[in-house]
Amino acid sequence: MAPAILLMVLGALCPAVALLLRLTVTQSTDSLGVKLTGFLQIVVLVIGVLLVVFGVINLVRTIVRNGRIVRQAQEEQAELHRIGLCRELSDAEFLQLDKGEKAVNKFVRGLVRIPVGTWNGIKKIGLFFKNAALGIVNECKDIWKTFVEGDWKTKVSFLVMGFGNIARGQVLRGILFLLLEVVFIGYMILMGGYYLSMLPSLGKIGPHSEMKLVPGVGEIETTVKGDNSFKILLYGVLTIFFIIAVIYTWRVNVKQNKTAEMILKSGKKLKSGKDDLRSMVDDQFHKTLMALPTLGILIFTVMPIVFMILVAFTNYSSINDGYETKLFTWVGFENFKTIFSWDVGGVNYAATFGEILLWTLIWAFFATFTNYFLGIAVAMLINKKGIHLKKVWRTILIMTIAIPQFISLLYVSKMFTLNGLFNGFLIDLGIIQPANAIDFWGTPTLARIMVIIINIWIGIPYLMLIATGILMNIPADLYESAKIDGASGWKQFSKITLPYMLFITGPYLLTSFTGNMNNFNVIYLLTGGGPTNALRSGAAGTVGHTDLLITWLFKITTSGSDPTYGAQYYLASVIGILVFIVVAVISLIVYGLLPSVKNEEDFQ
Amino acid sequence: MSKQQNSMKQHMGMKAASRISNTVVYIILVAMSVIWLIPFVCIVIQSFRINPTGMTRYLLVNPEAALKPGLEIRFGFDNYIRLWNSDFPRWYLNTFIIALVVAVVQTVIVLCMSYTLSRFRFKLRKPMMQFMLILGMFPGMLSMIILYQVLKDLGLALENAVPGLILVYVASSGMGYYVSKGFFDTIPKSLDEAARIDGATRAQVLFKIILPLAKPIVIYTILTAFMGPWGDFVFARYISNGRIAAYNVAVGLQSWLATDTMTGQNYTMFCAGGVIVAVPVVILFMCLQRYYVEGVTGGAVKG
Repeated sequence: MAPAILLMVLGALCPAVALLLRLTVTQSTDSLGVKLTGFLQIVVLVIGVLLVVFGVINLVRTIVRNGRIVRQAQEEQAELHRIGLCRELSDAEFLQLDKGEKAVNKFVRGLVRIPVGTWNGIKKIGLFFKNAALGIVNECKDIWKTFVEGDWKTKVSFLVMGFGNIARGQVLRGILFLLLEVVFIGYMILMGGYYLSMLPSLGKIGPHSEMKLVPGVGEIETTVKGDNSFKILLYGVLTIFFIIAVIYTWRVNVKQNKTAEMILKSGKKLKSGKDDLRSMVDDQFHKTLMALPTLGILIFTVMPIVFMILVAFTNYSSINDGYETKLFTWVGFENFKTIFSWDVGGVNYAATFGEILLWTLIWAFFATFTNYFLGIAVAMLINKKGIHLKKVWRTILIMTIAIPQFISLLYVSKMFTLNGLFNGFLIDLGIIQPANAIDFWGTPTLARIMVIIINIWIGIPYLMLIATGILMNIPADLYESAKIDGASGWKQFSKITLPYMLFITGPYLLTSFTGNMNNFNVIYLLTGGGPTNALRSGAAGTVGHTDLLITWLFKITTSGSDPTYGAQYYLASVIGILVFIVVAVISLIVYGLLPSVKNEEDFQ
Repeated sequence: MSKQQNSMKQHMGMKAASRISNTVVYIILVAMSVIWLIPFVCIVIQSFRINPTGMTRYLLVNPEAALKPGLEIRFGFDNYIRLWNSDFPRWYLNTFIIALVVAVVQTVIVLCMSYTLSRFRFKLRKPMMQFMLILGMFPGMLSMIILYQVLKDLGLALENAVPGLILVYVASSGMGYYVSKGFFDTIPKSLDEAARIDGATRAQVLFKIILPLAKPIVIYTILTAFMGPWGDFVFARYISNGRIAAYNVAVGLQSWLATDTMTGQNYTMFCAGGVIVAVPVVILFMCLQRYYVEGVTGGAVKG
């Protein structure tokens, strides 16, 4: 079936090729070139007709051959069909269905799994909170028990951290505990207390003018800066982090007292400071290794995210900057309301957001799946038996990965401008007139298609690499036995290669989908989000037709020159949170749909 | 006899069919190679072009036009000389320093993280991995605003963007542990246990047994860490915020193109800059290609 269709499609394409050839000769008159193209046109057309004829013959033959087999099978399936396609079938039953019915059955079951998967996810989250609550209750009970049953050293340790350790001879640990407590108390008195107390209001006194007495000149009006909302929010968050860390350490301190008491009671010896140091490279080696990376993630990833989530509930912008010009403050869910409102000062934010979200999803879908399937196709072409110079083809493609993306993207984006290389070629070849240069980046639909096509150009080498690796891992005997059973090339692909690939790369597809939703570089460097969407001209940032949520977010944060609003950081945070929610929901659903997530211990 | 003949015939038929299909594949592959290489060939040619106008002429020689005065096809190193006298060497140095430091520190951090998550079983392991998965769902750009403000307060933004950028790249690099963790997972645990029984500490196991075995993934990590900063655009632009001396190559070259009219010198200078940026990275990459391929395929398979 498939080769017949392929032949017919190729045949149908031939007139188009002939037409293209015709277009190239609009400029010059009678010459050898024209005659040659005329001849080529005829050749191409003849090939086209032949291809179509072959295709039809092939198709008819296949249909006649299959007809007999199909009729037989139909009778058997009629019964199964009556049973219904929507319920879970056993493997044997499922195999008896024909192609269409299999698809229906899979689809319906997939649909059923979406709510089930989501519900399971929610249940898991609920369970997490339940366990967390139970854990805290148990911890409290244990702390109380330690206090009641402990000796006086333990009891003092509740107030003076590390006292128990020092008193029992573990000086190193004790000093570290004590040091932390001293630092904590000092920090809270000097800074933490102030920031924490200001957190609910984010600052009381903004920048204001004051009369100041300057000796020799008299009283002069000067601007005095007050509280700094930004710092209050930042250090407020940090202080809360610090308090949680100290509570945790305090809990460890209590626990250590309890275990120390038990060890001493049973007559064993406690670990000395030297033992502790040794265990840092041995039993506790993981803590040594993880300390630095975790600290980095906490300060440079977790803290900013927490901060920015909080910003979504304030009116922090480059004008309400919290220090230089104006304080900012909490506004509750006001910003979320803005994003979902039909009319905010003449701007329809709901439609803007909806449009961009829709395009983001469409983009992510095409960017992921075109790359995926074309990448597999290219890998299979190169892997095909009897193709020489495999390494050369691969190297040519791989080389393009090495070139920093910004160079290729910027260059290609310039190639397709009105006076860029591509239009230049067309004009030089006489295919189009200079006045009709194609405006790739100025036409919304064309710009969107171009972005997807260029992304294919960027992505295929990468996918080719991945697919090659996986294709080589498919056991060869699967194909051998398929060949013996007489499976065609297409059958082998659709029954062995594709399912295998999909199974192995399921999680990868998910991450690449979400990665594409946030694919800033491709969009921003190619189009800058443009062409500008005139309908949404009042919205924060300059919204364009190829803008993803992430590029919109970036544009908002850098639109500081907006005279009335400045850069509306709060809107950017709201968008960031919404992106997170979309990504999380998609991931949750897909994880529900994927075949059981692989057990990582299986690999070892 | 006839059966044998028949199968011979079939064999010949298959051979002919495969020859045709192979020809088609070759045609596709050649066409693809051309499409994939054309932009890069163009960049190289344009980087040597002296005349500001008529760029297509350099690629599709049109003898008539080339004879007109002022439109001659002329090649030379003018763009590279101009590049040398611009801010470009500064940007290049900035990027190179960043890439070098990031390559070293990020590799250490990633290896620490992935080795730990692969080999140790501690209470917080699973929650940490899930937490990092969730963190990864937030758009990284969200933290840009606050990181900029904080770095500015610390004096590590604007003119001093280079150390600031290093800090930003390195600090959150622990999140990218997936690929190398997948690799560590494939090294049999029995090796560790044997060494432990012989009295080695955990640290000795890592340095004397695992790391030598993990050479491919170490090289992969260094390679990707080194290549990352060359292409980073967003953070570098936001944190340097218009201070030209602190740009990296991506921001600098983009700033040339952003104000370009396609006939100006900036365009050809961009091409020359692109060549100078790409050549060392490509050479390095081609030398270490094997490790890159291994890492990428392994990473995708393990998800």
